[in-house]
Formats: sequence, C-alpha cells, structure tokens
Amino acid sequence: MADILLSEAEKTFIVHGVQDDLRVDGRSCTDYRHFRLETDVVSSANGSARVRLGKTDVLVGVKADITVPAWKTPDQGGLQFFVDCSANAAPEFEGRGGEDMARDISSTLARAYSSAKCQKMLKSLCLIPRVHCWVLYIDILILECGGNLYDAASVAVKAALYNTKIPVVTASSTDGDKPELELSDDPYDCRRLDVLSIPCVVTISKIGYGHVVDASMEEEACCLATLITAVTADGNLTAVKKSKGGSLHPESIYEMLETCQQVGMKVHAVLMEKLREEEEHQQMAMGSQHKAKGFL
Amino acid sequence: MAGVEIISNEGFRNDGRRPNELRKLQCKMGVFAQADGSAYIEHGNTRVLCAVYGPHEIRGSRTKALHDRVLINCQYSMATFSTGERKQRPRGDRKSTEMTMHLRETFEAAILTQLYPRSQIDIFVEVLQADGGNFAACVNAATLALIDAGIPMKDYVSACTVGFAEDQALMDVSHLEESGHNAALTLAMLPKSQHIVLLEMSSRLHLDHLRTLMEMAEKGCKDVFLVLDQAVRDHVSEATQFMNT
Repeated sequence: MADILLSEAEKTFIVHGVQDDLRVDGRSCTDYRHFRLETDVVSSANGSARVRLGKTDVLVGVKADITVPAWKTPDQGGLQFFVDCSANAAPEFEGRGGEDMARDISSTLARAYSSAKCQKMLKSLCLIPRVHCWVLYIDILILECGGNLYDAASVAVKAALYNTKIPVVTASSTDGDKPELELSDDPYDCRRLDVLSIPCVVTISKIGYGHVVDASMEEEACCLATLITAVTADGNLTAVKKSKGGSLHPESIYEMLETCQQVGMKVHAVLMEKLREEEEHQQMAMGSQHKAKGFL
Repeated sequence: MAGVEIISNEGFRNDGRRPNELRKLQCKMGVFAQADGSAYIEHGNTRVLCAVYGPHEIRGSRTKALHDRVLINCQYSMATFSTGERKQRPRGDRKSTEMTMHLRETFEAAILTQLYPRSQIDIFVEVLQADGGNFAACVNAATLALIDAGIPMKDYVSACTVGFAEDQALMDVSHLEESGHNAALTLAMLPKSQHIVLLEMSSRLHLDHLRTLMEMAEKGCKDVFLVLDQAVRDHVSEATQFMNT
C-alpha cells in the first residue's frame, strides 16, 4: 500500500472522533464510503464488474472453462481465485511486490466461498458428475489502493458472478465411453448463476474503544486490529479472520461480529437491488445511443 | 487460421474497416487519483490503462541511480482475463519482459531525461483487453499518462501496428489479423520531427513490401497523434474551465 504518514496528533484526532461516532470525512462508524459499481466492463470475459469504493478501485473478470470435477466433490463445479495487485495501485506492487497481499485476499475469498452456503451455486456448475464441470476463474485486479480492499474485492466478485453468462452446454450421450458435450449454436444462449447465497466480506477495524466499518487508509494506519468477516444475505458468517498486530478482548469481538452481521445484510440488500436496476437499464438501453461507460 | 478471410472481395476487413483506417480510438486522462499521471485508451477492443509515478527518489538500491539522467522504470502487465484464452500469469513471462524493455527504450528517447538526475520515473501499463496492437496501445497510453503527470517530453510518442495480408498493408490490426502467418510491424515515432523511436517486426516479410508497410505505419502514427493531441487539449480546457472566473 502507498505509505501513509500520520502524525501523533492526527492519530489522536481520528481515535477521539471514532469514540464520538464521527469520522474524519463525516461518516458514522457503520457507514461505507460512496460505492460505484459497474458490470460488463470487460467484453473478453464471461462476466466482469468494476467497483470503486472511495479511492479503492477493483476490477474483476470471470472466465469459465470446462474441466474434470475434483474427486472430493464430484457433483460440484469449481471456483479459482486469483488476485493481481497491479503496480498501478502502488509502486511497491511492481514485479512480485504485491504477491503477499494478493495471496492473502485470494485465500480469504476462497475460504469465504468454501462454506455450505455456496454449494448450491457450485452444484449448478456441474455438467456430468465425475466427468465434466464448469470451473470459474475469478481474476481480481487491484487498480487503486485506497483502504478496505477485501470489501471492495468481494462486492466486485459478487457483482461479476451475477453478471456472468455461462454458455448452455448439453451433454449428448454417445453409446460407449465418454458423453460428448455440445455447445449451443446461438452465442447469446447462456444461463446465469444464482448468487443470492454467496457471501460478502465486511472488514471491521478496532480504533481506540470503538470500531469502524470500511476504514480509509488513514484509519487503517491507526487501528489496533481488524476482523475480516464474510457475511451472507441472511446474516450467517462463513469466515472470520483477525489480522493486524493488536489484541482483541472477546467482548469486543462479539460486538464487532454483531455489527458485521447487520452491516453485511444491508450491503447485500442494496447490492442486489442495484444489480437488478443496472440490468434493467442495460436491457432498456439496448439499441439506443451508447452511453460512455467503463473508464471513459 | 487457414480459411479465414482477412480482406473481403469488396475490400472490407472483418470489422468493416478499409485497409487504411484506424479502429475507434477513445482516451481519457487522469483516471486515477493516487498516481501522479494516468490515462486510459481504447483502440477498438484493445483497452489499456497506464499509471505514471514520478519523478521521485530511486526506490530500492541506490546503485541503480544514474548521475546525469533519470532512471525510467517500466512494467508491462496483462490482466489474466484480457485474452481469449485465460493467461496464467499477468507478468514475468518472456514476452512481458521484452515489452517492458521496449517501453523503457521508447520513452528514454522521448523524455527529457537530463532534467532529473538521480531520480526515477515509473511507468506501469496494464492491458485490460487484448485485441491486437497491444504494445502500440500501451505506448499511446503511456504518452498520455506522462503528459498528465507533467513530465517534460521532446514530443508525443504515437505508435501503431500495421499488418500485411494478401498483398495489402492493413493499418491498426486486430488480434485476428495479427495472428497466423501474417506479418505485423509495430512503429513508434515522434510525430512532429518524424523520428522513429521503436521499430519492431518479428515475422517474415519480403523486402519489397517493407516500404509500403512503413509508409502505412507512419500514416497510422500521425493519425493517432491527431487524436491524442485533441484529447490532451480537451482535458486541459476542461480542467481550466473552472479556473477562469
């Protein structure tokens, strides 16, 4: 991450503000920064989304491929996460500099998605048990680092999965060994994924005696510890991880987890609403004048 | 790719262009807040982002510092979802390392390096969608990003990739036209002085056709320069709009 230099006075200012439920930019402790979400940004991927959360900018592309299912889960498809911290985000990420952070984020997301809640979606990716299944390569590209990468990445992944269009493939069983797969002739014939039960990550940071959601870079620099949790739309937690160097009292952890649940449920509700709205817009706008989007 | 028709009988290419037409070129400067300079460019379906940091102190070992000029540090990286077939690693393979080196050589010729001795300028390029002419798009994006960062240069650097298929020179090739056995030449030049800063071709071409290809490439670079120049002027007039009261 780009180096943040904070003086002691600034740190004290932030800590005191959090105790009074007022942050430096005027938010309350459970407010997110302004989210900007856009799907279908990359046309070479099956699904894509770009999320801008304050100064954080994350681009996710999903590509689908056919492979043999893992022997442990013969009736499920697969998800492979790959995070690339590009040097655009911070000069320290040049070459292999961003690999530690990237590995962290991808393992957290993999763990969040490994719960039983996501199994329904994974089962829908299976074509023929033990023989063929879809594997989704979810590639997360960090374009700008402005604090709170985990949340932005997970929201972008959920939006990209909502946007993913998987080609319809039918299995025609030939007499004898392996059944053959036939791709439908129509390039627009595809199916979508059910993303209602997949989790979103909510990161909560302990600053002084209070805790805040969606810490900016300055707030991250003066927090004691963070809890990275994955919350589903109905308030279940699928993964919890504590990071940063401070220690947390069990009581604080319970409080923070409760806040995470409430915030997470709200995020899911708003996200699904916005995704549906955007899709309706796109369908209505087809044929009419092309509005500049993406990075333009 | 046998059997794929590059130019139809009526003289149109696969995307409906004539052989001497560029793809739709759209660009935007100042895309990122944290980088000193940034730009985004679209050549048809090829989309490239560039961020420039600098000039700043040398990062890493001080021994790399040059006593009389600035050190230009580049990185060429492709997103894993940028190509049709998913790429396993975004950078570090031979092609990316070669492109990185080319980028550095191109901009060492264009930036006024004497102005910042013992300092470093970082140019990071990220290809979001690769549909042919990737390196040319990177050079154009880097030019805009350097202008956005306010780094003094001798001239714009505009680049274009031209192909040669069925005895015709094709300007600004797409991935389909570039692959296969067709020749593709990438040219980067300083448009006002008409100096060539990078010339690269790694395919087989009869010497008789070289002049046609070069002329087409030079015309392509000049056309690209006109678009880039207009984009810079628009960006500056937009930015200063609110300053004149």
